[in-house]
Amino acid sequence: MRPLTEEETKVVFEKLANYIGRNISFLVNNKEDPHVFRLQKDRVYYVSENVAKFAGSVARQNLMSLGTCLGKFTKTGKFRLHITALEYISQYAKYKLWVKPNGEMPFLYGNNVLKAHIGKMSEDIPEHAGLVIYSMADVPLGFGVSARSTTEARNLQPTAIVAYRQGDIGEYLRDEDTLFT
Amino acid sequence: MGRKAKDKQSAPPSYEEFHGIQKERNSKRSRRAKAIENSASKKPKKETSPSPKKKSTKVTRDNLDIEEDDQDLPHVDLEELNAAKKSLFEDSAEEDDDDFQDALDADEFVDSDEDEREKPMFSDDEDDDLEELNATNMEALSRKLDEEQELEALEAEEELVQTNVPEPRAIVLPTPEEKELEASQPPDLTVVRTRMIEIVKVLEKFKILAQEGKSRSQYVDQLLEDICTYFGYTPFLAEKLFNLFSPSEAIEFFEANEIARPVTVRTNTLKARRRDLAQKLVNKGVNLQPIGKWTKVGLQIFDSQVPIGATPEYLAGHYILQAASSFLPVMALDPQENERILDMAAAPGGKTTFISAMMKNTGCVFANDSNKARTKSLIANIHRLGCRNTVVSNYDAREFPKVIGGFDRVLLDAPCSGTGVIAKDSNVKVARTEKDFIQIPYLQRQLLLSAIDSVNANSRSGGIIVYSTCSVAVEENEAVVNYALKKRPNVRLVDTGLTIGKPGFTSYRGMKYHPSVNLTRRYYPHTYNVDGFFVAKFKKIHSSIHDESKAGAKEKEAAARSEGAEKGIIKDDFAHFDSDEDKELIETSFKRNLKRRGINPNAKNIQL
Repeated sequence: MRPLTEEETKVVFEKLANYIGRNISFLVNNKEDPHVFRLQKDRVYYVSENVAKFAGSVARQNLMSLGTCLGKFTKTGKFRLHITALEYISQYAKYKLWVKPNGEMPFLYGNNVLKAHIGKMSEDIPEHAGLVIYSMADVPLGFGVSARSTTEARNLQPTAIVAYRQGDIGEYLRDEDTLFT
Repeated sequence: MGRKAKDKQSAPPSYEEFHGIQKERNSKRSRRAKAIENSASKKPKKETSPSPKKKSTKVTRDNLDIEEDDQDLPHVDLEELNAAKKSLFEDSAEEDDDDFQDALDADEFVDSDEDEREKPMFSDDEDDDLEELNATNMEALSRKLDEEQELEALEAEEELVQTNVPEPRAIVLPTPEEKELEASQPPDLTVVRTRMIEIVKVLEKFKILAQEGKSRSQYVDQLLEDICTYFGYTPFLAEKLFNLFSPSEAIEFFEANEIARPVTVRTNTLKARRRDLAQKLVNKGVNLQPIGKWTKVGLQIFDSQVPIGATPEYLAGHYILQAASSFLPVMALDPQENERILDMAAAPGGKTTFISAMMKNTGCVFANDSNKARTKSLIANIHRLGCRNTVVSNYDAREFPKVIGGFDRVLLDAPCSGTGVIAKDSNVKVARTEKDFIQIPYLQRQLLLSAIDSVNANSRSGGIIVYSTCSVAVEENEAVVNYALKKRPNVRLVDTGLTIGKPGFTSYRGMKYHPSVNLTRRYYPHTYNVDGFFVAKFKKIHSSIHDESKAGAKEKEAAARSEGAEKGIIKDDFAHFDSDEDKELIETSFKRNLKRRGINPNAKNIQL
């Protein structure tokens, strides 16, 4: 376990900024309970500083996880956001999209979001921007990128894709074996 | 045919007979007449006169069947039945008085008449009477008849029960020949079951019910054998579990192990409230209700139209599927905010996430599991439920406190034989051997000592260790706790703070445990409908040198091993003999004795 290097930090922040934009400052500067980013194996964890200190006494090969896992670095050095990061992303999300109850299950099975399933969405979403998908009861279901801007999406066919899925909470069941090791 | 015919056909009596019977007949007649006048309801009662005969024959013929019937209905509340019967009897006693007398008379009458055709005449007789009355109130009459029949049936049944009681020393145990025959055939489960219940009955009132010349152990052996055939346990395990309970409770326990416990979920208070969650699930077609008063986060699921482990709420981490018994150790642990807590055997994370939720994501929770594959599900649950204050490690738990110590609270839900969760995993019935009950407690002892050493005795709010297992075996519970109390005098058992549960055993089959062991709590499937479970809560009073120990799992294993090897060997160092010194002592006491007897010890030629 170690802090991120400058290079790594940049990659991670760029990715996060896709979804939460300037709100990233809330993640970095939490005065009451300072949090830190930690790299363990190829995974990035976001965790309270106190917890990170305690975790320091656990040997590297025995430390399986700490705090919240945001995602992992791929072999090519890119950063891939995991569904476990949804806690924080949904909290600070810039663009939001709500799906109707009949769209919940299709999305949780790993499908993209169709026009017909959209209950409401933020007004100002541009094309290819990161967004968080909620159920109508404001339960975060996953995240993705917009296929069209909000204005374009208004005139789409009901079967057209509005947002591409990148992560959904159904992965807890589908990818349990690969997601956490 | 009426009374006239009867009169006609009676054989001419002798003079004495004539006089004697004539009187009776007269009295009977008058009474009969009265009875008819009084009410039609009484008439059918005359049928009771032949019924005792019927019953008695039935009793002798169906003796076995009856017993079986009894067994087939083990849940019949005999008291209630008796009460009902009693009331029936009381009702009938008054009004039947006449009728019984009547019946008696009738019997006598018939006997004296000695005519075969005379007997059916009674029914005809009654028919006649009925016909007379039918015209006016046939419906009421027939209903009353039905009632009477019912009552009679009840009485008959009652009588059967009663006839069983005075003949208690029923032969329950099979003879060797019968056993051989049984062994050659596939087991007849109903017979085995019947016999089990019979034996339990006998064992409960052994002095009264036992067969002459049979010992208690013979009954117990047969019962254990039957339990093995009926429930499919190994003889070893059956005996081990049987010894925990009284015979009838043991049967209840074994039966409860055949039934699955209800599905329960725990609301994740980090993300949802129980009422909201219940509402959402009900809308999805789930039939549920709160588990009980002792928990505010548990819901019991009866049936569901959707898979309960794949709803959007589940995936969003609003609840976790968790056995009700798993709430108990965490509730006993009672984690407080901003503490540092260790869960030594955490996977799959039900308890860890509960701890985290109770701490409202403050402080720090170390979740350790020795099995790397199982940490996967642990991490998944931690993330799904949104626990942010956790550190997941993969150590042999005995490595603590070497890795990190000084925790405010430690939860040790020890790996165990699983004798409390046979309903979940029936493999336990055959897989567990005697060896397991030596090896598993051996590990548990080391783990518990490590848990105790990992706690900070000076913690302001904590200093608590909770030890739990999902086993009911004493070896894994009270014995381990007792061992820890002996080995670590700096801990005390304290009340678990749980409202339900039975106190732990302070003595078991000749083993005496520390009296405070009764503060531990036991849970059985047949009493609380939760998995069999055990919870003990320690408070660490002050620190010890062991807390500083840098011993890892290997060192602890070696220490435990050498300790085991040492055990039972009498060492030479407890005393040594010096025969010269002893000689002097013997002499003085000898002299003193002589003095006491009035003999001068210094005199020569003392005769002993």
